[in-house]
Amino acid sequence: MNFLVCLKQTFDTEEKIVLKNGEISEEAVEFIINPYDEYAVEEAIRLKELHGGEITILTIGPDRAEQALRSALAMGADKAVLVETEDLEDELDEHSISQLLYAAIQEQEDNYDLILCGYMAVDDGSAQVGPRLAQYLQIPHVSTITKITIAGNEVSLEKDIEGDVEHIQTHLPLLVTTQQGLNDPRYPTIPGIMKAKRKPLTRFEIDDLSISEQSISAKTAQKEVFLPPQKQAGQILKGSIKEQVTSLVEKLHKDAKVI
Amino acid sequence: MNFELTKEQSMIQKLMREFSEEEVKPGADQRDQTGEFPHDIIRKMAKLSLMGLNFPESYGGGGADTISFAIAVEELSRVCASTGITYSAHISLGCAPIYLFGTEEQRKRYLIPLCTGDSLGAFGLTEPNAGSDAAGTQTTAVENEDNWSIQGSKCFITNASHAKFLSLTASTHSKTNNQRQITAFIVPTGIAGVSIQSNYNKLGLKSSNTTEIYLEQVKIPKDNVLGEIGNGFKQFLVTLDGGRIGIGAMAVGIAQGAYELALQYAKERVQFGKSISKLQVIQHKLADMAMEIELARTYVYKAAWLKDQDKKFTKEASICKLFASEVARRVCNQAIQIHGGWGYIHDYKVERYFRDAKLTEIGEGTSEIQRNIIAREIGC
Repeated sequence: MNFLVCLKQTFDTEEKIVLKNGEISEEAVEFIINPYDEYAVEEAIRLKELHGGEITILTIGPDRAEQALRSALAMGADKAVLVETEDLEDELDEHSISQLLYAAIQEQEDNYDLILCGYMAVDDGSAQVGPRLAQYLQIPHVSTITKITIAGNEVSLEKDIEGDVEHIQTHLPLLVTTQQGLNDPRYPTIPGIMKAKRKPLTRFEIDDLSISEQSISAKTAQKEVFLPPQKQAGQILKGSIKEQVTSLVEKLHKDAKVI
Repeated sequence: MNFELTKEQSMIQKLMREFSEEEVKPGADQRDQTGEFPHDIIRKMAKLSLMGLNFPESYGGGGADTISFAIAVEELSRVCASTGITYSAHISLGCAPIYLFGTEEQRKRYLIPLCTGDSLGAFGLTEPNAGSDAAGTQTTAVENEDNWSIQGSKCFITNASHAKFLSLTASTHSKTNNQRQITAFIVPTGIAGVSIQSNYNKLGLKSSNTTEIYLEQVKIPKDNVLGEIGNGFKQFLVTLDGGRIGIGAMAVGIAQGAYELALQYAKERVQFGKSISKLQVIQHKLADMAMEIELARTYVYKAAWLKDQDKKFTKEASICKLFASEVARRVCNQAIQIHGGWGYIHDYKVERYFRDAKLTEIGEGTSEIQRNIIAREIGC
């Protein structure tokens, strides 16, 4: 069985976000595999252990994204593909990324039985890339899965629906996006880490793909980046219940202007 | 010259940071109070092939280098020095002599189970009347027709309760010049005459296993000699050079852990209307801590790098161990000072670091012995 995992290298969730000239500064920042994508890598490895096959990891990003690919290879994936975007001047959005993933997949000789993506990236959190890619590939997709069982061509899934579980029956080829609760990603072993360097990693420039710059140009534009306003100290209203309610309504109306 | 870690080294660092935070840190305070040995952690480390980290894959090792070993010991010790010394002793005192001086047969028989974690590694050198003064070794081995008979005792031996065998030194009789000499042997711990106790009531490193070993007419086969007869003294000097990198790394980890706790506390603790981290007196303490830790770590890496390059590293190993252990003591002392009264209380953790740090100035050669070695190496 052929597995493809699409992952994104993101800010370490423990990093503090610093704005510099209206952009998020990447200076001295640690990067990690997007945590939701790590569930996808782990699940692909577990499925491979059960059913055999090969796991390819694909990412779109700058040169440094190789680290994330090597980490996935150290966990147990077999090969990796990096589409480098460093030379690109234009902004990339969810549309661009899914187009690039689609184009990169077309370059591969393999046909993938199962494609796994994290359900969203923790940095920009759009949760669109997986479903968009499935649409281009013309295969079914199920998002936010918490369990997957494969028997032959048949796939049984459990999907998180905000606190409840939906049971879905479908078939391969399939794209799923992975949700917390699906698994507990493993630590890479030392032999895994030592072998990661020797596993194949293919690099593509955008020019190597059969895709026009126009078809990957962003459909959205980023107008401004700003940090959330600093939280102000709360106010405790005093007096009788009636006075407090009056004061609250007045504040909501005059200060906060929400009623 | 390049100060950057290799990709493998940084991946091992990331792995050890995550593993230590998630698997080692949570029970560390409790283990400090109960003295419970970190069995589960060692088992999990074995599953990741960490127990043979820097030995060849052909013996079940991980094929990594000494710098990676230093990183692993530092990261473990940053959250739990007991786990750090257990691991450091296993690798540098347990596995290393067998790898360095063992025959191919001995490596297969003894190094493989150490690398896979089936046995912990231990090294019996210190005796009630002999440590760095090897001439005082009172354990004797007598060669019989078809075996060696060993008689004596060892003290302060790390990990021996969990070792299926250990290498140890004994005094033997030279056939050529009738002199006493030191020879190393591999002794199974489960055979008649070997008894191991761990009854010490220690200042720190409470959940590491520290033992006394009694050897009463212990009979071992002739091929259990480790290395060459009469070469035991030279061999353990080489072994201890490597061990000192481990203790240096452990000291850096303890210092780093205590420093991070002190920095966090200083930012949170408000006195005189502001965080005490805004007071210059506290800032200078923290700046000194940060500076000393950076220097100690850099020198531990240098000693490890020399070892990886097969260059002589005796002086550097002593310098890194001596400097890092004294840094650990100073940093832990100041970490308690910054915490004030709370620093004296178990809940704030730094008192554990303070107690654990003291061992690094003693184990594998005291600071005084390190100064002797450095003095000898610079030609005094």
